[in-house]
Amino acid sequence: MLQSTASAIREDVASGRVSAVEVCRAFLDRTTAVNAALNAFNLVTSERALAQAAEIDRRRAAGQTLGVLAGVPVAIKDNLCVRGMTTTASSRILEHFVPPYDATVVARLAAADAVVIGKTNCDEFAMGSSNENSAFGPVRNPWAQDRTPGGSSGGSAAAVAARCAPLALGSDTGGSIRQPAGFCGVVGLKPTYGRVSRYGLLAFASSLDQIGPFTHTVRDAALALSAIAGADPSDATASREAVPDFAASLTGDIKGLRIGVPRAFVADGVDAGVRAAFDAAIGTLRGSGAQLVDIELPHARYAIPVYYLVATAEASSNLARYDGVRYGYRSARDKDQNLKQMYSRTRDEGFGAEVKRRIMLGTYVLSAGYYDAYYLKAQQVRTLVRQDYQQAFEKVDVIAMPTSPIPPFRLGERTGDPLQMYLADVFTVSANLAGLPAISVPCGFSEGHLPVGLQLTGRMFDEATLLRAADAYERETDWHAQAPAI
Amino acid sequence: MSSTLTVADVERIAALAQLELTAEEKQLFTKQLADILDYAEQLQAVDTSGVPATAHVLGEPVERDDAERPSLAIDEAVGNAPDPASAPGLFRVPRVIG
Repeated sequence: MLQSTASAIREDVASGRVSAVEVCRAFLDRTTAVNAALNAFNLVTSERALAQAAEIDRRRAAGQTLGVLAGVPVAIKDNLCVRGMTTTASSRILEHFVPPYDATVVARLAAADAVVIGKTNCDEFAMGSSNENSAFGPVRNPWAQDRTPGGSSGGSAAAVAARCAPLALGSDTGGSIRQPAGFCGVVGLKPTYGRVSRYGLLAFASSLDQIGPFTHTVRDAALALSAIAGADPSDATASREAVPDFAASLTGDIKGLRIGVPRAFVADGVDAGVRAAFDAAIGTLRGSGAQLVDIELPHARYAIPVYYLVATAEASSNLARYDGVRYGYRSARDKDQNLKQMYSRTRDEGFGAEVKRRIMLGTYVLSAGYYDAYYLKAQQVRTLVRQDYQQAFEKVDVIAMPTSPIPPFRLGERTGDPLQMYLADVFTVSANLAGLPAISVPCGFSEGHLPVGLQLTGRMFDEATLLRAADAYERETDWHAQAPAI
Repeated sequence: MSSTLTVADVERIAALAQLELTAEEKQLFTKQLADILDYAEQLQAVDTSGVPATAHVLGEPVERDDAERPSLAIDEAVGNAPDPASAPGLFRVPRVIG
């Protein structure tokens, strides 16, 4: 059962072949067995999950129609609010925060009868590429426990890879779903900006953040996206674009589909094992009838500096709310401290190093005298990055790149040099800057049997074509079915 | 301009960001922020004359009717306060003046 997809579990629960409680218990047992080694979960909510599963079984017995994710265990990244469930963003500053409301995606999963089994570890406030910025310790990669699962949604990726849940939610601001999906050998989908409501997501960079699923298959990702997507009166950036049944677009037919390959952009600095897996993957797509087209993304090489100026500027504003007054940690260093001292001590003691670094960088680039040179300049180059994609999508339907230029690296290997850590995001950040949907699917292994991800990027709100291409690739390979030996 | 980033600059930014950094953090961030800003200097080479800025990628924000709807109960709204006030429905803060 642990190897089952979300789709298969839903069918088995709905038809009564297995009870939701049995499913829930199996995945909770698995989670308990491996979490001490992986540290993928900040919180496991067994009692609540089993009670919810029992309720689903009761409703089935009463002849009621069940939701599209009935009985599917789901792990939720710990920067998404679940009413009554401690939600920390893996930060000391929110260590004991209990949200009084559900994120829209959580409410929609509940309406689809999915069963939340816990909150997953992540980089603090989703800021990181290795999960090493968590206040509660790093997550370990299920394929190689001395290595990073990627970040920032490392716990969600590891939880799905280790078969703790067939479905997890993460958030992706510069690659935080796709890169850990690639590193952990699972499917990770970042929808179009605005496709999924961000209400109840602890904001990092509001113009870039997007919520999406981790799964074993593209079909499950399509199913989950259809369940969580769509307009929301609580998020003015959630689009009213119609939400199709994405699973219905998975025809397996990509004959004549034009897949762009930005050869010059992916030429340098790519690990040999990643390169070999990527070349084989685009060969497979061609074998399925797709047409490979060389494209240029001349400004993509500027995406990293643009991203780290724009994202930190937005973060410095978003994280101003953590001041020790209304919720979260408050410094008690000095009982006679005044209000401003309380603010600044709370923030110094409550935030970790990377979060402070980004608040500082963002504050700097927004400050008088530097705004035009850094922030405005970055926003202009962001326009050029978008235009590159718009021009490319006149010639192609989907764009292929490796998800990450490197395989999962060793824990501790890059923590001393933040800039080196940032450079690992080179292939993922531009989709966020342009707002485009992108998916990482398993496409093989590099030396040492470390997972490699193939990233496909689509047009705005054209997840249907993106998912169809990814599914067609998946049909020709069995990488997605392989499980780590933990 | 970034290679000239000094500890005094970092102190000024920290004050703007309401962060009381330790001496070690100030030293570390001075070096690390200078490295990152130096890297970002490459953007200056891009010709952006006449290029509009992108603040977000959507068109007009979606609006909703300005209608009443249920909100959090007061005890829920203040339920996470680190220093709950003795009177219900209030947050307590340190003295502001003096």
